This record gives sequence, structure tokens and C-alpha cells, in this order.
Amino acid sequence: MSLAVLTPKIGLRISLSRDDLMMRGALVALVVMLLLIVGLPLWALLAKGFEDSDGKFVGLANYVSYFSTPALVNSALNSLHVSAVCTLIVVPISFLYAYALTRTVLPMRWLFQGVALIPIFAPSLLPGLALIYLFGNQGFFKALLDGGSIYGFDGMVIAQVFYCFPHATMILVTALATADARLYEAADALGASKLRVFFTVTLPGAKYGLISAALVVFTMVMTDFGIAKVIAGNFNVLATDVYKQVIGQQNFSMGAVVGMVLLAPAALAFVVDRLVQRKQVALLTARAVPLIPRPKPGRDAFFTIFCTIVCLWILTILGMAAWGSLIKYWPYNLSLTFANYEFGNFDSNGWGSYFNSLWMAAGAAIVGTAIMFVGAWLNEKTKGFGLVRGLVQLLAFLPMAVPGLVLGLGYIFFFNAPNNPLNFLYATMAILVINTVAHFYTVGHLTATTALKQIDPEFESVSASLKVPIWKTFGRVTVPICLPAILDIAIYLFVNAMTTVSSVIFLYAPDTKLASVAAVNIEEAGATAAAAALCLVIVVTSAAVKALHLLVDRFLLGRLQAWRRR
Amino acid sequence: MSHYLEVRNLSKRFGDFSALGDISLDIAEGEFVCFLGPSGCGKTTLLRAIAGLDPQTSGTIRQKGRDVSGLPPAQRDFGIVFQSYALFPNLTVTDNVGYGLVSRRQGRAQIEKRVIELLALVGLPDSGSKYPAQLSGGQQQRVALARALATSPGLLLLDEPLSALDARVRLRLRHEIKALQRTLGVTTIMVTHDQEEALTMADRIVVMNHGAIEQVGSPQEIYRQPATAFVADFVGSMNFLSGTLEAPERVKIGGRAFACPAQDGLAVGTAVRLSIRPEDVRVRDLPADIQNRVPVDVAELDFVGAFCRATLKVQGDGDVALVADFSSNLIRDLGVVIGTRLDVALPPDRVRVYAA
Repeated sequence: MSLAVLTPKIGLRISLSRDDLMMRGALVALVVMLLLIVGLPLWALLAKGFEDSDGKFVGLANYVSYFSTPALVNSALNSLHVSAVCTLIVVPISFLYAYALTRTVLPMRWLFQGVALIPIFAPSLLPGLALIYLFGNQGFFKALLDGGSIYGFDGMVIAQVFYCFPHATMILVTALATADARLYEAADALGASKLRVFFTVTLPGAKYGLISAALVVFTMVMTDFGIAKVIAGNFNVLATDVYKQVIGQQNFSMGAVVGMVLLAPAALAFVVDRLVQRKQVALLTARAVPLIPRPKPGRDAFFTIFCTIVCLWILTILGMAAWGSLIKYWPYNLSLTFANYEFGNFDSNGWGSYFNSLWMAAGAAIVGTAIMFVGAWLNEKTKGFGLVRGLVQLLAFLPMAVPGLVLGLGYIFFFNAPNNPLNFLYATMAILVINTVAHFYTVGHLTATTALKQIDPEFESVSASLKVPIWKTFGRVTVPICLPAILDIAIYLFVNAMTTVSSVIFLYAPDTKLASVAAVNIEEAGATAAAAALCLVIVVTSAAVKALHLLVDRFLLGRLQAWRRR
Repeated sequence: MSHYLEVRNLSKRFGDFSALGDISLDIAEGEFVCFLGPSGCGKTTLLRAIAGLDPQTSGTIRQKGRDVSGLPPAQRDFGIVFQSYALFPNLTVTDNVGYGLVSRRQGRAQIEKRVIELLALVGLPDSGSKYPAQLSGGQQQRVALARALATSPGLLLLDEPLSALDARVRLRLRHEIKALQRTLGVTTIMVTHDQEEALTMADRIVVMNHGAIEQVGSPQEIYRQPATAFVADFVGSMNFLSGTLEAPERVKIGGRAFACPAQDGLAVGTAVRLSIRPEDVRVRDLPADIQNRVPVDVAELDFVGAFCRATLKVQGDGDVALVADFSSNLIRDLGVVIGTRLDVALPPDRVRVYAA
């Protein structure tokens, strides 16, 4: 063993392969990009709050004046109030609905599942418009309100419940779907009563889902702009305050302060949710036996009725908006017409804004999916480089915590700054695409990461041992395997780009106005029917794209990816 | 003398935890070596360091005289098979096996020929057009083997290749892999926690524990002359009887003295453990003057199929118990039942002594 003596013990220098260098380079580029589209705009917003209108640093002066203006503070309290009430209403309804979908035997389950998702395809102002038709000053059931008004707290709650319902339900379906049948068998064998089983097995199993759903609903209501804009009336909330300060009064510094106030609860909810999610990991073991509900007439009948009522309510709101969009002159001339769909009569862009939306959504779906998937892959597969990977993870998660309005505001401050070399992007279609990709980055990144974690981690080791470059394996193996997840991300981006209002409302130029924004403008001008018509066009488009996705998933992928079958 | 693979002073740390401590090891060309040890002993870490997949913290690795210590995996010469097989599910068997050949700019016909040759070699000549999901676990493992061998690597690394298979398939593949390795003469390292697998397949076994090498030797050496109590206990079954070293060639256990091979390394008077394998305990035809004769009571008899495992209590020393394997013949001939009194002997040449 003379060799052992001769070999000096020095720190080892690991040389990097071409793959390693390429991936590290790409990862650095990703960090720079995320800083530009997420980090720096938020920083610009934060900084703006400490400046006066001339850009001079004034410390906390803006915050002091905010908190000493009763009207503004009142909005914050209103926001908290309405968010809390909506959370208390939505979560129980969603829980029962999700329970019905996962734990009971429903006739036509797929129909109940589909209808519950409808609100996702609509811009948030749609339920507001429908409520105006139903209970507005000239609404059908105005008399039922007994002199009250739908504009304000009540209207906002009803519309928000419609808007938030599918999001909470999806989370709870996931939480309830992953049950271990053996736990129930054990409880039965031990002679526990149904009620006791519910409180000792079902509820604890769904605990994290419930917390998550509550936080999501709270944040959505808090930060939504469309509904507040249409139906809040004189009930001021933070989201409308931001808009008024920035668009109405051109008071950017105060807008930034309101934005920061809006950011705080959303960010807090996000942090709590992450902490809760972390605990959930080990809840279900790989050996769990999936729970398959067995028919039980009484229970099934009850839940069928319950779900039918919920679905009728959703369809009523959607149908009301649809009907309203087809009526000549509400409520005096109820004859049907397509005149409200001639958007040129209501907005100078006419149908142009719809095609802008289509282009923007397609662009965001293609560019965003590519960046998110490649980015998640780089972050998963790069060896070492922990600091940069941590930074990517942080920046990828940040958008989830940031309300769209706040991000949009940050974009104004960052990209509109005259000394920013990127300000040529301002008021272009590109900035709308960039903003949408940034706004919805987190979910795409998470979807891609989850899909990547599910495939064998040794693929890259194998290709290295076979001297095949890693990008070749990415193209030939990783992408085909993850195709369903990639499609999911693309559709998610497309639908959200079609329906989003909050972030882009600050960023459009006259020729890049989007359909959802145009709907807000048209409604503002008093043409409720045309606004409803435009919202409906958006619903139909996103729902059609989603339906197409399901078809592709089922038939095309089934044929192209024969290898998935045994 | 230079070996095919030389590992020198290899260490791997994860923060404060030392996964591998100062490992040195030589492997000759064409050898089949098994890294054997319990989970967490560092055997897979060592394999991955040799592959360059998880580089060591310090130490050197030379392969065929070339220092590969700091090279990325793609610049080393090895083929690897994982426990999960890591077959590309969206590629056919042919494409999987040819995966590494395509990037070597060989002609299509040439690649095709090589793939057919490899599939024949692993006994799957007709499965080229199938997808991995359509194959059984054992077949998938053969495809993984063919893929790893496709580029004719100088070193074949097998990371628990048989653990995911059921017992029968495992037995058959053991022989097939060993035969294949012998035919090709490729230097092979296999990681396993299954001692039987290591004993039947390896030319040499490296027994590891807590990130260090306990013993390197042929299967016979490892089984017959375990260097440490850990090896003795981990490989096969072993009786351990606690006692004191009375003289270099005598251990006192309870009230009895037992003859043993001369112990140079242990001081007289130290606490020791005397060990013997259950099958080495003699029962029949004991000569009158045989050493280490012990009268025992049969306390338990566990039927294991081909033989019975008997728990024996030393008479007059009830705390001292040992386990012995009795053949069915022996049980029938001697009429052994629970409670039978017997004389057994612990042949001194089969006895080993370890410090307690």
C-alpha cells in the first residue's frame, strides 16, 4: 500500500461537465429573468411607498398619512370583514360538495364535477353582472331585498362565493380523495359511530385541505378587483382603493402604500399555507388502500339534492348573465338580440380586445409553459449550486403571495421608469404576456416540479453513463413523459390569461386592451349587457379550450403515448 | 502492481455525518466484487462515488491507471444498472438498449446489429418492439443490463439490481448475471444487502459497516474466517458465547473451559465472545476424547424445512444457550424432541474468538 502513503490528502477539485456548465448558466439566466419580472417590480413598489410624488425619500410619511385617513383604514377593515365572511360561507359549502364528490355515490358525478368548475372560466366580474340583473336597481327579484340594495357588502359576498367556490372545492376534493380505506375499516371494526368516525378520521384527514382552502378563499376575496369594481358600490375595499388612487387620482405613492397593505395579509396567508403544507407530507403512505364509496340511499339522496341546489345556483348566475347579454333593453324590452355582441358600439376596440386576449393568452401559455417547465427542470436536475437553486425556488414562489393588483402596480413603477433600459416594453403586448407569466408562475412551477419529482431520478445518471448529453434526454424522455403536466400548465395559463383583470388593468395600452379589461370599461360606461356579453365570450372560449384539452388528453395522448398502457 | 480500479483514502461527508471514512480498495480487471452491508453502511455511496454521480469529499480513484477522481460521470468509463432499472418508459426496448449507441455516431445498421446481439445475450431476442411497462420485472432488469453493456464499458456497476424482484426470479437472474459477467469478462461491482447474493455471485466480497470496510475476501474467507464480530454476525448465522480469555488457547464460559485457536491479538484475561456457526456444532459419533464436549438440553426445535434449528441449553449452566442445525435424519436417528439430553461438541478449528 505504498500508494496510499504517497497520495496527499487534499481537497478534491471536481471538474464540471459541459452539461453541468450549461445548466448552471441557464439557471443563472433564469434567476436574472425572475428578478426582472418578479423581484425588481416588487422592489420598485416597496420603494415607491417611501417617496413623495416628486420621487424624494420621505420615510414613513405616506404610511402615516394612510393610517391617519379614516376612509382608507376603513377600506382595509371592510376588506378583512368581507373576506372573513366569504371564507366562513364558502369553506363549509365546498367541503360538503367535495365530500359528495369523493365519498358518496352521486348519479352523473362527472356533471356535478364539471358544473362546479364553471366559475373558473369566467372573469370575476361576471357574477357581479348577473347579480345586477337579478337584484340590481331594475333587477328581477329587486322586491325580495325589501328596499335594500345589492350594491355593497351583500352583493359582494354572493358574487365572491360564486367566484371562490371552485377553487376551495378543488383543494378539498384533493384532500378528501386521498383517504386510506383501512383507517375506516379499522374504525368500523372497533365499533365507532358514524359521527365519531367523521370527527376522528375524516375531518383530521382533511384538516390541512380545510386550512388551505380557507386561506385561498380569504386571499382571493381580499385581492379580487373585478367583483369589487362592479358590485361593491360605496362599500370601499382595498382593491378598489388601489385602482382609485392610481388611475383616478394618479397618486402613485399612496397607491403603492395601499398595495403594500393589500400584500400583507396575502403574504401572511401564503406563509401560513406553506407551513401547513409542509406538515402534510407524510400523511398518506404508499401502501394506503384507496377508499371507494359504497351506495347508501339516504346519504346519497341528501348529497344529490345538495349538489343539485349548488349547481342550479351556479347555472342561474351564469344563465342570468347569458340571458342578460341577449336582451335588447333591460328590463323594458325583453326581446332577444345579438346587438350586445357588437362590441364596437360600446368600446373603440370592438372585438379587437377579444383577439388581443386570445393572442396574449396563447403567448403566455406557450412562452410561460416553456419557461416554467425548463426552469423547474433546471432547478431539479442541476447538481450542487444550492444557493442559486434556493433563489430560484424563492422567486418562483413569490408570485403566489402577491396579489395581481400589487404586481401590476410594481410593473408600472419598474418598467415605466425612464431610466430603465427595459421601458421600451411598457405599453406593449409583450409586457402583458410577461406580467401574466410572472403572475401565475408559482402554480406552473409547482406543477412541473411535481411531475419531475415523479419520474425516476436516475434517468440523468443513466444518460451520463451512456455519454448522452442531458438535454437530449430532456427532449427524448423527460418532455414526453411529462406531456400531460405540460399541457396542464399551458391550459392553466391560457384560462387565467383570458380571465384575469387585476394585474393587467394597469398595463394595457389603447391598442393592447384585453377583453376582461374591456368588460370592466364597458360596465363602467353603463352598458351592463355588453359587459356580460364579453364576459360570456370569455367563458365560452376558456371552457372550449379546457374541453379541447380533455379530449386531447383522453384520445390523442392515448394514441401517441401507447407506452403508458400495460 | 497496478489494478484496474484503485480507490485511495476515499471519504465522503454530509455536513457532520461521515458516510465514508478513508476507504482504500483495489479491484483487479475482470473481477466480480460485491459491496455487502446493512442499509446505511455506505456501500451505495461508495458505488456512486466510483461512478462520479455523487463525488467524494476527498480521496482519489484511478481507473485503468487514469485518475478519474474529479471527472464528471460522462467522462468516466462505466455502465450502470439501478434497483429501479431506470428504463425510459416512453422508448421501446430497442431504443432503450440503443440509447447510448445513437450518440456515438455509429451507422444505423451497426446499431441495430448490436442491439439484436445484446438482446440475444440477455435472453430477450423477441422483445425489441415492446415498451418497458409491458415487460415483467425480471425482463426489465435484463433490458437495463443490456443497455448498460451496449457501449462495452470497462466497468459495470450494479446498484442492488435484484432487490425489487421476487425470490424465484432473483435466483435465476443471479446465475444469469454471473454467467454473463464471466463470458464478457467485464469488471463488475455489485452493491447488495443480501448476503446470499454476495456469497453466490462474487469473486470477492467487501463487507462494509458504518462507512468503513470490515473485511475484504473471497466468499469462503468471509464465511469461514470472518475478521470481525460484525462480519461473523452479518454473514450467515452465528452463535456468540460470552466469556473470558483464560489462556491464549482457552476461553472460559460459565464454569467451562473451551479450547480455541491461539489468540495472539488478545491479552489473557480480556472479555471475549466465542463464536461458532450452527451447522458446525457436532452431535454424531463424538470420539471419547473430543475437545469442547458439552452436555445440553434441547430447549426448542424450529422446523425450517430441510433441517431443524435447535436451541440448546448447556446443562448446569442454563444461561448459556446455543443454536445448532440438526438434519432431519439426525433428528429421526437420535429421536430428538424437546427436552432430549445430548452431548455436543464445538470443534476448536471451527471456533473463532472476538473481543467483546
